[in-house]
Amino acid sequence: MAKIIGGVTTSHIPAVGNAISDGLTQEHYWKRFFDGYQPVKDWLADKKPDVIIIVYNDHGLNFFLDKVPTFAIGCADEYQNADEGWGLKPTSPFAGDAEFSWHLAESLINQEFDMCTCQEMLVDHGFVNPMRVLFGDHEIWPIKTVPLVVNTVQHPLPSAERCYKLGQALKTAIESYPENLNVVIAGTGGMSHQLQGERAGIIDVDYDLATMESIINDPSWFYKQSNAEIIEKAGTEGIETIMWLVMRGALGGKVNCQHKHYHAPISNTGAGVLLLTGEED
Amino acid sequence: MVWKKHDYDDIPGTYVFDGERAHSSYALNKLFYSFNNVECRDEFNAAPAAYCDKFGLNEKQKKLVVEQQFLNILRAGTNIYYMAKFCIPRGVSVQDAGAAFQGISGDEFKAKLLKKRENLEQRLEREGGYWNG
Ligand SMILES: [Fe+2]
Repeated sequence: MAKIIGGVTTSHIPAVGNAISDGLTQEHYWKRFFDGYQPVKDWLADKKPDVIIIVYNDHGLNFFLDKVPTFAIGCADEYQNADEGWGLKPTSPFAGDAEFSWHLAESLINQEFDMCTCQEMLVDHGFVNPMRVLFGDHEIWPIKTVPLVVNTVQHPLPSAERCYKLGQALKTAIESYPENLNVVIAGTGGMSHQLQGERAGIIDVDYDLATMESIINDPSWFYKQSNAEIIEKAGTEGIETIMWLVMRGALGGKVNCQHKHYHAPISNTGAGVLLLTGEED
Repeated sequence: MVWKKHDYDDIPGTYVFDGERAHSSYALNKLFYSFNNVECRDEFNAAPAAYCDKFGLNEKQKKLVVEQQFLNILRAGTNIYYMAKFCIPRGVSVQDAGAAFQGISGDEFKAKLLKKRENLEQRLEREGGYWNG
């Protein structure tokens, strides 16, 4: 049977990918941020999981605002990156696992999460940057992927609690797949930031740290907040952090925190990195 | 017909991209979305006003785009992620956009952000359990 061996959280902002491409990761501004990923990279290199499910939001590459699915899942054998409008060279394509994805979609829909299934899906920086920061750059990536897209762009968005419950259903879906796959889930995005309006530039370190503690030990503190309450603290784009709850819901009750890293600012944001495993680890 | 009020409407200095904004700025966002495609970027650059007409922008929206009034394009309800496809290749970062809302320079804005870095290690030390280099 497939099993979840861990969950990670990471930022996915474009600046992270640019810093990697431009060779800046050891520059003063970036060094502490990137160095804090090393234990997670080591853990991934050691455990060699078979599949990573990346929970992220599309920022206008695969989905335009003409059709915005609340939850969507890639169900293909390959996913391409592409130009997002500023002419960056796309990464090499990512392998999918269509059989596994379709099983997840079917199980989730049976559990009343009505996923949009995507047989073609361009993956943008929200997906690509977590892959690059966790695995480094590759011609052939060392792991299969499942993109899971949450709408955090055009309101109404799903609630934080709904994201948590999607995670719980995802656990059931993963654990009912007959193949022996080791699966990791990445909740990406956030943390506090707001890109526009007179309040642009907010980073609330206290709120971010409280969110990280909540994700580890008491997810209800975070998911009981309304989206308006989260936006008030974390900003209009900080709302992305609700996607971490999909990862957390999938891990189940108690977890062990193997690694905890926070840095601010990177670009406009607070950035949180977690590595969580099951209680027995 | 009325746009329903939301509890996030009262957050100061904050404009949530919801149905009301998405509806009024749809043509603008659609135009910027087309810039994912390099041929579309070239077509726009060759004849900006004609390109705006093709996407059905009204006269006011067209003026904002042709004159590259980035701040007012955002004020017109455009989504920042779509706006980024227009402003970033023109040397205006999302930080510059944020700064413009406050009437300060991009460098001043970045300096304000960097303040968050001060005493961060000590803060995390107090919190406990954080990797600290
Ligand atoms: Fe994002």
